[in-house]
Amino acid sequence: MTATYAKTAASTVELTSGRSRDRSWGSILFVFGLWFSLFFGVLVLLVLIADTLIEGSPRLDRELLTNYSSTLNPETTGFRAGILGSVWVMIATAAMAVPLGILAALHLEEFADRTRWYNRFIEVNLQNLAAVPSVVYGLLAVAFVELMGIRERGLVISGAVALSLLVLPVIIITTREAVRAVPREIRDGSLALGATKWQTTWRQTLPSAVPGIATGTILGLSRAIGEAAPLLMIGTATAIRFDPNGLMSQFTALPLEIYSSTSQPQEAFRVAAAAAIIVLLIMILGLNALAIFIRNKFSRTW
Amino acid sequence: MPTNPSTTTTSVAADESVNSFATIASGSMREAPLAPPEPVMEAWGLNVFYNDFHAVHDVNLSFGKNEITALIGPSGCGKSTVLRCLNRMNDLVMGARVEGRVEYHGKNIYSKGVDPIAVRTQIGMVFQKPNPFPKSIYDNIAYGPRVTGMKVENMDDLVEEALQGAALWDEVKDKLKQSAYGLSGGQQQRLCIARTIATKPDVILMDEPCSALDPIATARIEDLMHGMRTDYTIIIVTHNMQQAARVSDRTAFFTARPDETTGNRTGLLVEYDATSTIFSNPNDKRTEDYISGRFG
Repeated sequence: MTATYAKTAASTVELTSGRSRDRSWGSILFVFGLWFSLFFGVLVLLVLIADTLIEGSPRLDRELLTNYSSTLNPETTGFRAGILGSVWVMIATAAMAVPLGILAALHLEEFADRTRWYNRFIEVNLQNLAAVPSVVYGLLAVAFVELMGIRERGLVISGAVALSLLVLPVIIITTREAVRAVPREIRDGSLALGATKWQTTWRQTLPSAVPGIATGTILGLSRAIGEAAPLLMIGTATAIRFDPNGLMSQFTALPLEIYSSTSQPQEAFRVAAAAAIIVLLIMILGLNALAIFIRNKFSRTW
Repeated sequence: MPTNPSTTTTSVAADESVNSFATIASGSMREAPLAPPEPVMEAWGLNVFYNDFHAVHDVNLSFGKNEITALIGPSGCGKSTVLRCLNRMNDLVMGARVEGRVEYHGKNIYSKGVDPIAVRTQIGMVFQKPNPFPKSIYDNIAYGPRVTGMKVENMDDLVEEALQGAALWDEVKDKLKQSAYGLSGGQQQRLCIARTIATKPDVILMDEPCSALDPIATARIEDLMHGMRTDYTIIIVTHNMQQAARVSDRTAFFTARPDETTGNRTGLLVEYDATSTIFSNPNDKRTEDYISGRFG
């Protein structure tokens, strides 16, 4: 009895005495290293955004959205054509890439025979396609549009083709993941009732996967909206003074107008460009917020 | 007392006992084991492979009309695999291959020209884990009739009838439009049974339908099965021997035999007889060992 008590007391002393090994200099340095790495990335981004906000704030006015770009009046230059052009191209891109991407993913996930070498080949290369530089997709789009018989350069349709090619791999990959997350039991339940594979995919698998698909698709599109390189490749104008009014209309996109603005000598253009960057960031953050909203609102636990 | 030859040496026994009912019966003191008087489904020489893996070896079984047949045995003995062959759900497993015949009213469902989708409308299935669709209770029931293009005069009546048939109507009649995910596990499983009934099948396959449920929910499902027997032929896989003894008319005992070279376990049928016989006076030593809890 006494022995036991003594032993307990001894170990209590051991537990409380001395410096915790988790507080050694090595551990502390390591934690600081982690903090630094985290803050380096976040801090740089924050500084950039703050700097842009401060610089662009004088021009966050109505004219920025409603005026066309003007070299004569840099104080009231606007990005109307770029904003409308970006919206047009995004809608056309979504209309092209979303159905194609979803159907391709459904085929790969639900119908393709995974034992065939060509299906595995496609699977592997989808990942590679998602990593291809966007300039390359621009080049590809030039060739594609040429084959479609469109000679004019810088049309909404050409921009949409370029950006569709760019986001297709992302949409296919995220859709596949969303489809794969639908439990096997749901499909089995449907098939066991005498539903066809098509009915099962269309009425059970796809609706259950919609939140994941929507999230991935929107994130893919928000990546595309900030792209400038592929649009330059297809010959998009950097400044126009009319609204795009259809797929076959010339257009310019917000990133391109920002780029051309910053290369002007006058200070007022740089201020306007900063303000336009804020508009672009708001558009992208808005899309991302929508994606998060959809995910939280419709996500399902099985 | 005459000795069953199949109990003398294990390796020989395994081969002999699976050949047919006749083989099992030949060394027995009894007449041929009670084959069901009116078989609805019969399996002949059923072998199942998953790629190179021989999962089920040469099963011969017949399932009687308006009877409950239980398939029992230790894990990995192929009982679920056999069950999934009976409505061609195994077709959906990549690399699965079925040899032999499965006859439904005398017609081989594996012969050319048979549509597995049509087979499944006649032979429904209830799964181990309740798997309601992420839809309302009403739509869960109406789904089957809708996708199979059943002529339904009044869907509301059909839904009520199916839920009555699964003893769920009184609990859910006021919340038909609510999500099926709001139901308890036992209610979800009865919903899945109701969903199967709604397509008016002939045979209902149940793959360990109570293994995810508590004892009270299990008892309700067992009661339900007793009542359903008048309308349906039921084949149930269970790892719960008491359940097999309680609900079934006939029991088939499966076991697994490891392959000498690869060590892969191939499932085979050891004994098939009236449930009372299997549990009180089994013919085969392995059945007796399993029933009495000595292995498995």
